[in-house]
Amino acid sequence: MIRVAIKSKFFGKSQILKDVAFMLKPGECVAILGKSGVGKSTLLRLVAGIDMEFEGTVQRPEAMAFVFQEPTLLPWRSALDNLLLVHPDLSEVQARESLRKVGLWDKADQFPGQLSLGQQRRLALARAFAGRPELLILDEPFVSLDEKTAAEMVALTRELMNEVAPATLFVTHEKEEARQLADRTLELAGTPATVVPNVVHPVFHRGEVK
Amino acid sequence: MRANAAIRSVSLLGFILLWTVAAWLGGDPTVLPSPADLVKPFLSELSSGMLLYSLGVTVFRVIAAFCLAMSLGIVLGLLMGTNPALDRWLDPWLVVFLNLPALVLIVLCYLWIGLNETAAIAAVTLNKIPNVTTIIREGARALDPDLKAMAQVYRMRRSVYLRHVVLPQLAPFITGAARSGMAVIWKIVLVVEFLGRSNGIGFQIHLYFQLFDVAMVLVYSLSFIGFMLVVEWLLLQPAERRIRAWRLA
Repeated sequence: MIRVAIKSKFFGKSQILKDVAFMLKPGECVAILGKSGVGKSTLLRLVAGIDMEFEGTVQRPEAMAFVFQEPTLLPWRSALDNLLLVHPDLSEVQARESLRKVGLWDKADQFPGQLSLGQQRRLALARAFAGRPELLILDEPFVSLDEKTAAEMVALTRELMNEVAPATLFVTHEKEEARQLADRTLELAGTPATVVPNVVHPVFHRGEVK
Repeated sequence: MRANAAIRSVSLLGFILLWTVAAWLGGDPTVLPSPADLVKPFLSELSSGMLLYSLGVTVFRVIAAFCLAMSLGIVLGLLMGTNPALDRWLDPWLVVFLNLPALVLIVLCYLWIGLNETAAIAAVTLNKIPNVTTIIREGARALDPDLKAMAQVYRMRRSVYLRHVVLPQLAPFITGAARSGMAVIWKIVLVVEFLGRSNGIGFQIHLYFQLFDVAMVLVYSLSFIGFMLVVEWLLLQPAERRIRAWRLA
């Protein structure tokens, strides 16, 4: 169980978040919605432990993965090494299998700069799932992809989520992406941002869209 | 690559030609001997073993000071570049040492430590560290925060993070510091030898300076310049190309 109980988060004098609390069951996927600039990315960074300066508590597992808005790969290491360096317990065979699952089987020895943006995103996805995370955090992982590639990415992500079954927290602007991936949504609004109570959203079931 | 080598050779030949003409116009080999006049003294110093011995001693000092200055400078620069509080405290020191003339440091080291090898190498190292630190600090300030966050979330081991995330980002700064470092260090080593050592290229130059033997001064200094050019072409430049391979792929 992942418990998030953030009392407040400040950047300098301005308060960004106020009383954001929720829980994530193992294998559950929650989409975080809200206007851009409301503090969604900040929330993700607090949950992941990248930013520790806030008031409140977050209970998180050891095995985590984060898919950033940018692919955030090591441009000076091959695709294969990008998996192996981040996950030292992974064997080379397993790493190649992870690449195969995202369709990069033949790109193992290429540098990220030689891959297209879509391929780099898939590599980042492979890296996230290769460690079999208990908590997966996705920060708008499909932005700036064309519609077709984005749809493929969503399908691929759903496949991997079904296989590894991490608790997932993800931020998106696309209602359709949320509908396809999330079990429920959480909406942030206001300044400082807080969870909007009792918003009626259509109940999503990623099972239905399969 | 081949064109590069050709341009280099032609450019060097041009220099030697210019020198020959200048020597011919001057007409006094005791003031400016022509390149051809240097061949005989060069061969005699080579066969007596004095040239190679001096070269070896100086190269040892250059390498020792270079390694010390680079490793200490990289550590300091990395610490100062990633830790603003430490940077505020150490920055005034850095400015002091950056602006301290090499000669002052050399003389002080000899006075305080004594006329020995330790003092010589310490003097050269201390002269170079501030320079390396300043360059590496720039690199450390520019480290990618997103990659740091990534390493943090995935709990990369510190050693792996340093080697595979930090070091490649610092590589251009390190090679830059290394190249400017090499050039500066060997010049300071010669001064150190000139002032307080009884062997090495700098000592030989001192010796022949007192004898007003321009040819021998040129033989010794040119031999060392030649050696440094070989190091630059055979070691530093290929190393840099290897490190940059991912950019060109």
